[in-house]
Amino acid sequence: MGRIVLEKVTKKFEHVEVIQPLDLTIEEGEFVVFVGPSGCGKSTLLRLIAGLEDVSSGDIYIDDQNATDLPPAQRRLAMVFQSYALYPHMSVRKNIAFPLKMAKLDQAEIDRRVAAAAEVLSLTDYLDRRPGQLSGGQRQRVAIGRAIVREPSAFLFDEPLSNLDAALRVGMRLEISELHARLKTTMIYVTHDQVEAMTMADKIVVLQGGVIEQVGSPLELYRNPRNRFVAGFIGSPKMNFIEGPEAAKYDAHCIGIRPEHIGVSETKGEWKGSISVSEHLGSDTFFHVHDTGLAETITVRAGGEVAFKHGDTVYLSPRPEMIHKFDAEGLRL
Amino acid sequence: MATQHSRSAARFMMAPAVMLLLAWMLVPLIMTLYFSFKKYLPLRGGDLGWVGFDNYVRFVSSSSFWPSVTTTLIIVGGVLAITLILGTLLALLLDQPIWGQGVVRILVIAPFFVMPTVSALVWKNMFMDPNYGLLSYLWEFFGAEPLQWMSHASLTSIITIVSWQWLPFATLILLTAIQSLDHEQLEASEMDGATALKRFWYIVLPHLSRAITVVLLIQTIFLLSIFAEIFVTTAGAFGSKTLTYLIFQRVLESQNVGLGSAGGVYAIILANIVAIFLMRIVGKNLDK
Repeated sequence: MGRIVLEKVTKKFEHVEVIQPLDLTIEEGEFVVFVGPSGCGKSTLLRLIAGLEDVSSGDIYIDDQNATDLPPAQRRLAMVFQSYALYPHMSVRKNIAFPLKMAKLDQAEIDRRVAAAAEVLSLTDYLDRRPGQLSGGQRQRVAIGRAIVREPSAFLFDEPLSNLDAALRVGMRLEISELHARLKTTMIYVTHDQVEAMTMADKIVVLQGGVIEQVGSPLELYRNPRNRFVAGFIGSPKMNFIEGPEAAKYDAHCIGIRPEHIGVSETKGEWKGSISVSEHLGSDTFFHVHDTGLAETITVRAGGEVAFKHGDTVYLSPRPEMIHKFDAEGLRL
Repeated sequence: MATQHSRSAARFMMAPAVMLLLAWMLVPLIMTLYFSFKKYLPLRGGDLGWVGFDNYVRFVSSSSFWPSVTTTLIIVGGVLAITLILGTLLALLLDQPIWGQGVVRILVIAPFFVMPTVSALVWKNMFMDPNYGLLSYLWEFFGAEPLQWMSHASLTSIITIVSWQWLPFATLILLTAIQSLDHEQLEASEMDGATALKRFWYIVLPHLSRAITVVLLIQTIFLLSIFAEIFVTTAGAFGSKTLTYLIFQRVLESQNVGLGSAGGVYAIILANIVAIFLMRIVGKNLDK
């Protein structure tokens, strides 16, 4: 259970087409991440699947059943919202039990499922508190709890970690991944953070301007980006793009090389430049190198214990097999 | 030091206003208390000396006292029920995106701007008059005998008129409360399988509880003292005499200032009991 198919789905608000005709298949048990810059339509797409928005045209199939006109409650999907959307006047227990109560399950079954969910999410000690008395991470877990008790055929997450602080975000990321590994239920996860996408996804869907740019596993997208947008969006720090005569040497309008695929040397290399900023992270060091004779500042990743500093002259050599070539439209050659 | 300084300056400058307000409140209060212990009949001998608690005993043992308390409670309760229920429904309706929303909202608020005397007269003469009132035409249209509103349904009439005046207030406060409801909560409950009715019951209504208590508190305080609506419609006849109206009759119609003042003191006590009671509910609700 949990196979979702979108066929030629579009969405218009007034006269603006926010989702252009789009086909997508999400296989059973997959962890799919929709990623893209803000306004790319990723949240709209999720809301279309959830049924909170109606499609303008096209069809949505959930488990081979046409769900296009089904109301949200009958799609057997559970959603975790960005604001968590907990019911503030209900205790954690009642929040988690709410969907079960709406489904008119008997009280013993409700208690059993709530207890099980609370156990999984280590919320047992907080069941009688109200959402207002919980920390951000705990609220997040309550929201997830409310989703898992329904035993839905798929989970939808709408930027669930964006309200958490950095440390908590990493922790919750792991928890959600573990949850997926245990439940093996389809999950669709919307984020603008490519790190979340890379670390959690089985399959990443990169969106821009209501169009799917590329679908693939994280490493596929990293290694073989279909176009310049995906190449720049996936990977951190961003890929360096170089246009002009240097690109012409490779018969391309533009070449791209990731910071981790450029060698740094004091003595010799292809491009000579000086370091404007160096960022030491301990495990890694990032150099921003300018005055290379290229129009762009080049970002380079080096090991943690490199002794270069601001103003030093360095030689850079890109690994030729790692150079991505793009044409004038931004498509990969 | 600057803060200290400005604080004392502020106290000094506020003093006249505070004094004026205090005098405004204390002088009538003390005079009421003073007269309530006197036998004071302006047209029948004036000040006839101290009588202790005699006025208090007479006011309560009068045959009109308990009926007036009941009437007061029926009017307050009736108006509260109508304004809160209709107010919630209207607020839900006005929250929907409709064409001409701004105009509709202003129209809804309009009754609140009409003076109580005027609105009561308009209702009495234009709607409820048994001969030429609009409602009598409506009754006749359906072949029914026009209702003698003021005499046969005096309390219903007054409750209708006062509800009409206070409905905008309730609607407005409840509308702002509905608009502050997090939209994602409604969506979440929709996904959780709650029907529209259940969403209202489990999500919207609890969210409104605070606004409802505020409406309840403010309206109760004002409704306990309604007077104009009764004065210009039934003039206290046909069982429409509230506690406030009874006090008015004792002082002005019977010309017994002492007895009326004692009634006034009862009214103060009643209003304070209600206020304390409601404040506690509000306080409890605001904590959450």
